[in-house]
Amino acid sequence: MKTTTALVSLFSILLLMSCGGKEEKPSEDFSLKRQKAATETPATTAASGTKASERVDLTNKGVGPVTNVTLPEAIDTDMAAQGEAVYNQMCLACHRVGKRFIGPAPNGILERRTPEWVMNMILNPEGMVKEDPLARDLLLEFNGSPMANQGLTEDQARAVLEYFRTLK
Amino acid sequence: MKSKFFYLLTTLGIFLTLYSCGNSQQNNGALSSNAADRVYVAPGEHDDYYAFISGGFSGQLSVYGLPSGRLFKVIPVFSQDAEKAYGYNEETKPMLNTSHGFIPWDDSHHPDISQTNGELDGRWVFINGNNTPRIAKIDLSVFETTEIIEIPNSAGNHSSAFVTENTEYVVAGTRFSVPVPQRDMPISEYKGNFKGALTFISVEPEHGHMDIAFQLMMPGFDYDLSHPGRGKSHGWFFFSTYNSEEASTLMEVNASQNDKDFIAAVNWKAIEEYVKNGGGTMMPANYAHNVYDEGTHMATSTMKKEVRVVNPSEVPGAVFLLPTPKSPHGCDVDPSGEYIVGAGKLSADLTVHSFTKMLDAIENEKYEGEAYGIPILSFEDVRAGTVSQPGLGPLHTEFDGQGNAYTTFFISSEVVKWKLGTWEVLDRQPCYYSVGHLMIPGGNSRKPFGQYVVAMNKITKDRYLPTGPEVTQSAQLYDISGDKMELLLDFPTVGEPHYAAGIAADIVKQRSKKIFELQNNNHPYGIKSDADVRVERDGKDVHVYMSMIRSHFNPDNIEGIRVGDRVYFHVTNLEQDYDVPHGISMIGANTSELLIMPGQTETFVWEPKQPGVWPFYCTDFCSALHQEMQGYVRVSPADNSPDLRWSLGE
Repeated sequence: MKTTTALVSLFSILLLMSCGGKEEKPSEDFSLKRQKAATETPATTAASGTKASERVDLTNKGVGPVTNVTLPEAIDTDMAAQGEAVYNQMCLACHRVGKRFIGPAPNGILERRTPEWVMNMILNPEGMVKEDPLARDLLLEFNGSPMANQGLTEDQARAVLEYFRTLK
Repeated sequence: MKSKFFYLLTTLGIFLTLYSCGNSQQNNGALSSNAADRVYVAPGEHDDYYAFISGGFSGQLSVYGLPSGRLFKVIPVFSQDAEKAYGYNEETKPMLNTSHGFIPWDDSHHPDISQTNGELDGRWVFINGNNTPRIAKIDLSVFETTEIIEIPNSAGNHSSAFVTENTEYVVAGTRFSVPVPQRDMPISEYKGNFKGALTFISVEPEHGHMDIAFQLMMPGFDYDLSHPGRGKSHGWFFFSTYNSEEASTLMEVNASQNDKDFIAAVNWKAIEEYVKNGGGTMMPANYAHNVYDEGTHMATSTMKKEVRVVNPSEVPGAVFLLPTPKSPHGCDVDPSGEYIVGAGKLSADLTVHSFTKMLDAIENEKYEGEAYGIPILSFEDVRAGTVSQPGLGPLHTEFDGQGNAYTTFFISSEVVKWKLGTWEVLDRQPCYYSVGHLMIPGGNSRKPFGQYVVAMNKITKDRYLPTGPEVTQSAQLYDISGDKMELLLDFPTVGEPHYAAGIAADIVKQRSKKIFELQNNNHPYGIKSDADVRVERDGKDVHVYMSMIRSHFNPDNIEGIRVGDRVYFHVTNLEQDYDVPHGISMIGANTSELLIMPGQTETFVWEPKQPGVWPFYCTDFCSALHQEMQGYVRVSPADNSPDLRWSLGE
């Protein structure tokens, strides 16, 4: 009986102490050293060991409706402006110019990918992730965040491609 | 020893199995052995028909597939719906506005599908709100309620919402007669003073916008159901009536005194012509017209202040009364337009009138009498035939397009098949239990799809697993493609299924929209690009122009909100892919869930009551990162808050 009373009192005191105590400044971080997630490590299936987003593949045309795109020397500025408008409406929520965001930045994409691959990624993202190894690696690199099919027409995708040519 | 015992057991097992199989087949009763195959729609395959079944007192319209009986969608019409936020979000609240204020419940009864040349065109479904009289239009490209018009001078809007054969009009007849205009007067002075308004609502052919063309002010009977003429009788509309006694109390006795009531035949083309020439009078009124605009994703409610009324005695040759025994409910026109079937629910017989004989009697002015200036034709002059004693309590008749009619009998609980012209009974099948209305897809048109009939039963009792005193509402599917009807399936329905309309799936599904195009989003608080995301303060009102896409909100961090603010979340789904809706829920918000389709903008209001940091999240599973689709709003005391700021990923 006595012990119980003593225990209850002790508990109450501890409770009061913790209540009255100042808000403890939380420690800066976990004390547990954790490995950074795979986003920062090279994608596993890449033979080269470079990240999927940095890999250069100028032969792969990807999987989808686009099989052949010829880019004239000069940039069609009207088409590029049209493409920018489409991009701002349909793509900007995930792809920011000059900045890795939900997905990769479009800058310099044609130095790493064929025009056909870029348009197929826009027009057929579900198929690309299933059948194109590079697209699959990109999905893993970007947190498993799927690229949304925004229902662009082929002409709109072509215009977006032209806009990308202006982004170095 | 062991194996011998096992052998014995096995034999006994097989024997028992066989025995029980044989038994269960005997218990199948009316079911033929392959009924399951005939209603089975394999995974990934589609049903052949849509069935739109009214939700009665739930104010909804539910969408089923036939023959499977699978439920696809419950469309909120005269109801708020927590699933879709209809009637809760700011955009759709005006849909439920009436002259009595915001009325978020009603009693939805009779859906009817729009027609072109007397055939179903699958563009719209119209349905009546019975209690606070309204007619709604559901657009079948989106399966959403897009327009509701209130009906003035009406009460118990029951003989509704049926369309003419080119959807020129959707018709709404009052069940209860009332003083017109409404006024304070003794109930006992009903007779001669109360009127029954039959309202013809024009439907604009392209967008289906509804407008009351005229109201016919009929004698103070109860107008129960109605159907359009078609083919040769196109231009006419037929209404069943009861309480031609004009009683106002102890109705179950006093409204059943006469051996015959009437079917009112209305030549709406004649009245249309009369109105076109300036006929009728504009009368002060007050009724709501609510329209949802697919471009702005918003509804507006307008109060209309007058309505055109027509007194039938002013338009000779426009309205006639056909004596019909006794308190007729159904008033159904066959595919040719020749026969008008009156289901006198207190009569032992079914009465069928002939349109040709009716015209002949009118031409020869063979009148038996008149009621308030409306000629009454003689029963024998207009009668085509009688189906003699087919059952007890006839309610409603539909047609298969092969010369047969199918009538429900509430009291004897059965569907009876009979032949038009010879009036002989061909077949009968029991219903479990107490069937009300029935539906053959296209049964109210020139071209029924005569493959199935759906019976909507009033009583379920023991047909399903019990769920306490309130058991599921129920329908039954019969195959009518052969000589005899065959019961195939029971399926549960959303309460209470009064009436239904069905249509071949191919007509509708090709028109069904997949997304709303972002570029056509003209919502005043919508955004077309993530670049337009922002938060704006206007006094105590804060407007959040938010976007959503797999799988984040922009912004997902908001600070500078104060206790006492009204925070409007205008949320645009930037997805343009089929079947990628997102939801949003904010802790403590009254409208606690929106479900936003691709390309659509919806709004809820949040009034934070306490300082703190309050989360919101996506409520509709959208991707592998759905659980990460979340954000925070910081709420500060009204007198001590940081500047308004918002961000994503900073």
